[in-house]
Amino acid sequence: MAEFNTHILVCGGTGCKASQSDLLKANLKNRLADHGLQNEVQVLQTGCFGFCEKGPIVKIQPDNTFYVSVEPKDAIEIVDEHILKGRKVEHLLFKDPKNDKRVDDSKQMDFYKKQVRIALRNCGFINPENIDEYIGNDGYAALGTCLENYKPTEVIDLIKKSGLRGRGGGGFPTGLKWEITNKVEADQKYVVCNADEGDPGAFMDRSILEGDPHSVIEAMAICGYCIGASKGLVYIRAEYPLAIKRLKVALEQAAEYGLLGKNILGSDFNFEIEIRYGAGAFVCGEETALIHSMEGLRGEPTFKPPFPSESGYMGKPTNVNNVETFANIPPIINKGADWFASIGTEKSKGTKVFALAGKINNVGLIEVPMGITLREVIYDIGGGIKDGKEFKAVQTGGPSGGCLTKDFLDTPIDYDNLLAAGSMMGSGGMIVMDEDDCMVSIAKFYLEFTLDESCGKCTPCRIGNKRLYEILDKISQGKGTNEDLDKLRLLSQVIKDSSLCGLGQTSPNPVLSTLDHFMDEYVAHVDHHKCPAGQCKALLSYHIDEEKCTGCTLCFRNCPVGAISGEKRGPHYIDQSLCIKCGICLEKCKFDAVKIA
Amino acid sequence: MEKITLNIDHKNIEVPRGTTILEAAAQVGIDIPTLCHMKLHDMNIENKPGGCRVCVVEVKGRRNLAPACCTEVAPGMEISTHSMRAVNARRTILELILSDHPADCLVCAKSGNCELQDMAHQMGIREIHYQGAQTHYREDTSPAIIREMDKCIRCKRCETMCNEVQTVGVLSTINRGFEAVVSPAFEMNLDHSVCTYCGQCVAVCPTGALTEVDETGAVIRALSDPSKTVIVQTAPAVRAALGEEFELEAGTLVTGKMVSALRRLGFDYVFDTDFAADLTIMEEGTELLSRLGKYLAGDKEVKMPILTSCCPAWVKFFEHQFPELKDIPSTARSPQQMFGAIAKTYFADKIGVKREDLVVVSIMPCVAKKYESSRDEFAANGNPDVDYALTTRELASLINLSNIDFKSLPEEDFDQPLGESTGAGVIFGTTGGVIEAAVRTAYEIQTGKTLPRLDFHELRGMEGLRKATIDFDGTPINIGIAHGLGNARKLLEEIKAGKSEFHAIEIMSCPGGCIGGGGQPYHHGDVEILKKRQKAIYSEDKNKTLRKSHENPHIKKLYEEFLGAPMSEKAHHLLHTGYFDRS
Amino acid sequence: MTKIKSLADLRKLKDEVQSKIKLREKGDHPENLIHIKVSMATCGIASGAKETMNYLIEELDHQGIDAIVTQTGCMGYCYAEPTIEVSIPGKEPVIYGHVNKDKALEIIEKHLKLNELVDGIIPTNYKTIED
Repeated sequence: MAEFNTHILVCGGTGCKASQSDLLKANLKNRLADHGLQNEVQVLQTGCFGFCEKGPIVKIQPDNTFYVSVEPKDAIEIVDEHILKGRKVEHLLFKDPKNDKRVDDSKQMDFYKKQVRIALRNCGFINPENIDEYIGNDGYAALGTCLENYKPTEVIDLIKKSGLRGRGGGGFPTGLKWEITNKVEADQKYVVCNADEGDPGAFMDRSILEGDPHSVIEAMAICGYCIGASKGLVYIRAEYPLAIKRLKVALEQAAEYGLLGKNILGSDFNFEIEIRYGAGAFVCGEETALIHSMEGLRGEPTFKPPFPSESGYMGKPTNVNNVETFANIPPIINKGADWFASIGTEKSKGTKVFALAGKINNVGLIEVPMGITLREVIYDIGGGIKDGKEFKAVQTGGPSGGCLTKDFLDTPIDYDNLLAAGSMMGSGGMIVMDEDDCMVSIAKFYLEFTLDESCGKCTPCRIGNKRLYEILDKISQGKGTNEDLDKLRLLSQVIKDSSLCGLGQTSPNPVLSTLDHFMDEYVAHVDHHKCPAGQCKALLSYHIDEEKCTGCTLCFRNCPVGAISGEKRGPHYIDQSLCIKCGICLEKCKFDAVKIA
Repeated sequence: MEKITLNIDHKNIEVPRGTTILEAAAQVGIDIPTLCHMKLHDMNIENKPGGCRVCVVEVKGRRNLAPACCTEVAPGMEISTHSMRAVNARRTILELILSDHPADCLVCAKSGNCELQDMAHQMGIREIHYQGAQTHYREDTSPAIIREMDKCIRCKRCETMCNEVQTVGVLSTINRGFEAVVSPAFEMNLDHSVCTYCGQCVAVCPTGALTEVDETGAVIRALSDPSKTVIVQTAPAVRAALGEEFELEAGTLVTGKMVSALRRLGFDYVFDTDFAADLTIMEEGTELLSRLGKYLAGDKEVKMPILTSCCPAWVKFFEHQFPELKDIPSTARSPQQMFGAIAKTYFADKIGVKREDLVVVSIMPCVAKKYESSRDEFAANGNPDVDYALTTRELASLINLSNIDFKSLPEEDFDQPLGESTGAGVIFGTTGGVIEAAVRTAYEIQTGKTLPRLDFHELRGMEGLRKATIDFDGTPINIGIAHGLGNARKLLEEIKAGKSEFHAIEIMSCPGGCIGGGGQPYHHGDVEILKKRQKAIYSEDKNKTLRKSHENPHIKKLYEEFLGAPMSEKAHHLLHTGYFDRS
Repeated sequence: MTKIKSLADLRKLKDEVQSKIKLREKGDHPENLIHIKVSMATCGIASGAKETMNYLIEELDHQGIDAIVTQTGCMGYCYAEPTIEVSIPGKEPVIYGHVNKDKALEIIEKHLKLNELVDGIIPTNYKTIED
């Protein structure tokens, strides 16, 4: 039996594979075998290290040596020098850009500190259906500390001092929100947890509820203690069955331990939590619409003021925070406001969870300190763009956000910077686009989403967005005019300026940001009737390159509408009047003869 | 109250905290246009969804534009109501609304009365820059109301009336976004819903989305049919409002001109629903006294309080929502239906016309009367007691169609015998009037004494819920009054809970009673119009020689010649009805 | 379960739980030597985590290997679901991605039985709140 003392980990992520990490692995194995070390040193392929910019990556354990940009030929040197002689291969070590020094222990690398898990601290570690595991990881200690040692106003001061801002998108200071609700006099107040996550591609809140439901329950109880509420409500979309199940289990267990209910932990504080189900209307993420939905009314927003903190659920003062905001509360209390405030930027403290999606290698859930750059998120954590394509834009803030171009890759991510860049933090969806994405289509996609999700109450959002969509559609058909481009901008501004709620006020953002950053693509559609990314079907045509066509007839046989003709072994042609642009010929051709124009 | 100083269009103004920008602007003569907003002052009725966004104004330092109707003023605010930014947004919004609105103004029922049309005119819209798809919905026709949702601008006024004021709960927005539409649940038709046809949605709709069923064509056909004798009855509240359709000041009484117009239209007899109102008092008053007598004598079986039953929307309301109380309202039919029943029996016999050849048309301030006249129980062998019920507005359009210059018409009197009425019949047209009329008669019958006074001011007013105790010569009678079905609901809940202190309650569906009916000239949110109509009604009463129903000579004659006594078997058959559980 | 009546009670429970975990990690305890956590959030389950978890439980039982298998939430590696974390007493936990039945078997045969790592490790790259 082999007893491996040393492991050589070779990155097998897509990016590294493209840079011949397979060959590197083989070379390493061969060289080890040359020295008869195959039973002592094991070469393993791993998942992506997320540092694809410097790939391929090789990591040697147990000494944590991290080699970057390793080529297949370097295998010999690694084995001969590092493994045999125990000398690190200096020129392959990562060079810290800050001081130009080579780093020989990867634990010292910044790269390993890119993610900080606060809200996600227990996700993937504890069994969410076992309250003991939560308690074993400091669970409910924050609630206990608050009840035993702090007055509500002291806890509020602590939250204010931490600088925590709402993670649902708006970024309102959480402590301030609690303070306002605390100050309103009422016989009954409510704590509401907004778990109506609705941005396309976003699943931060779902993951927290599925992975660590107690952290939300604990935080809601703390909030109840602070504002003087004995009732909590979780508004969760019914499409999240697993999150609902785990939340229910957690609520039961918390009640059994007396961590919910009457006289919690021997204090005179009572708190209970009910679950309310949303039917998946995006607009119900807006707090007034959410409250109306819980009251059994149509999920439509109403004008603020009055804010829910004054008059919310059933007309009573109500504090609404989202899941991720709540998940940050217990660590802030356990580890202190200063600790939390030490993470992040001046005005945006702590971390933010993002759901990375789109044309990125490491699609997934990440939690990063505020102030990290988009470049770090996309290339160092996300593993870069799929298939080595070129980055084009990243959409943050979901349908309410905007598209940021490569000019913003080095902008530190925080509430204010994203807003200034024409996008927003939003709830944390981050969708990456590459050169194949047509920005007119992207704007159209988001607008279509808004159209479906608008409640229809106010004119600008109900009709204005429809008209915006129609103009975009016209442009993507190649029928747009320069006047349409002006209309897009003018109408977008009016919609932003005059809509009732956040949904309408932000819905033109994808249009405006793409107009700002990708005007050339709009112009190509309008003036030249071309879609540069080749996405807008109406503007494409398929052609067969006579030189390359071998007359194999494969395209002819597969064309669903009989638009292709030609003699066997002779060049084939596509009749443009019949072609439906399905792309099957392109897919089937083995000789790269079908071209898109 | 704390005052706030602010500046609107370069004018400084001081207003109490809580004032909206819209209200503050109005104080300095700035009329910010609104579409969805509607406030009926003193009636606690306000529709303020902040949805149309036409009233947006620019507030210095604010990120976006502020809707004037629901933004409260703040100290030091600097507001521009006609900055380029605000006007551009307002015009764009209006163009957007117009881009989803059928451009059939020329043939629209609401043309000339349409607030959207007015606003397009006011803002000088000459082109709609944003054209595109329009929403399209199935037209919904019921016995009284037509819903043409293609014309709906989602102002939600109808929802406020239906849900908050009337608590009927039929209309609400369904679907999302561009497809959002005001509709009964599951997009069912109104006639399958619990709609009471009170018509308050119609009364407040700014466009032609909600209108009454137009029966003027049928009436014109009947009038031109030589084989038919066509008679007409006019409800009390019509005379206090019809003039508004002809640019007369609100509250102008046009009884005489109305009669003369109806004669010119070709009606063979012009009668008055007020006559039937007097008849109603005879029946309902007698019923009240009989129940009250038993109750005061300690009869535990008798149901108290007695509720009036003149209002068809109210009847449909309790049939749907409080069927367990269906034995409590008076069984007396409404004046419209009493008139129809008497006209097609007693009067038809008198003039020797067969029932089938007599056409009874009523002019009503109401759209629910159309529904009431179509109820199966108000017909004999399929021939309805009342053939057509027109609204005040429909009458005005008939008059216009017939080239009658209303303002210059002479004043004429009603025909007899069904045109004679007392002041008690007239006041049926306003909230509190029916019960006051009943008190005038019941008191004298019960006590055998002449009333020392006829004006019961304690029963009058515009408060949604009122109560008064009338001394019936030593016996205190507790009277409740509700107008608006939401207010009625409160009293019904009390009755249901066994906590009602009242002996008799008057209920009218429409705020203000019939003067505020769904078939009246549009008030466009101006509650002063309703108050003027009410004043007109009381002045007509005051000017009448006879002011107690039981003193109406033709009523006396009707009992002598035909009915016998109030609550007689014949009266029971013709003038009373029963109610159904529609829950 | 009994009610926790004070912060002191809560701390006691926490210590109990933690000492259990420590025993397991140090390997001083004869039972539950090996701990496998399966990421069972919606993303994991959709990619087959439930099947993987069932398979692991059955196979370990079948082979008589003393290990406990528990579920946990999303580890964040949605591109590599199903993901599992293997902890062997005295060693750093290792996370594997794309763990289907075959991979699970390979992990049992090599990692659990022979203490050999296998391909498909996901390198972790974040700080916890304790760091």
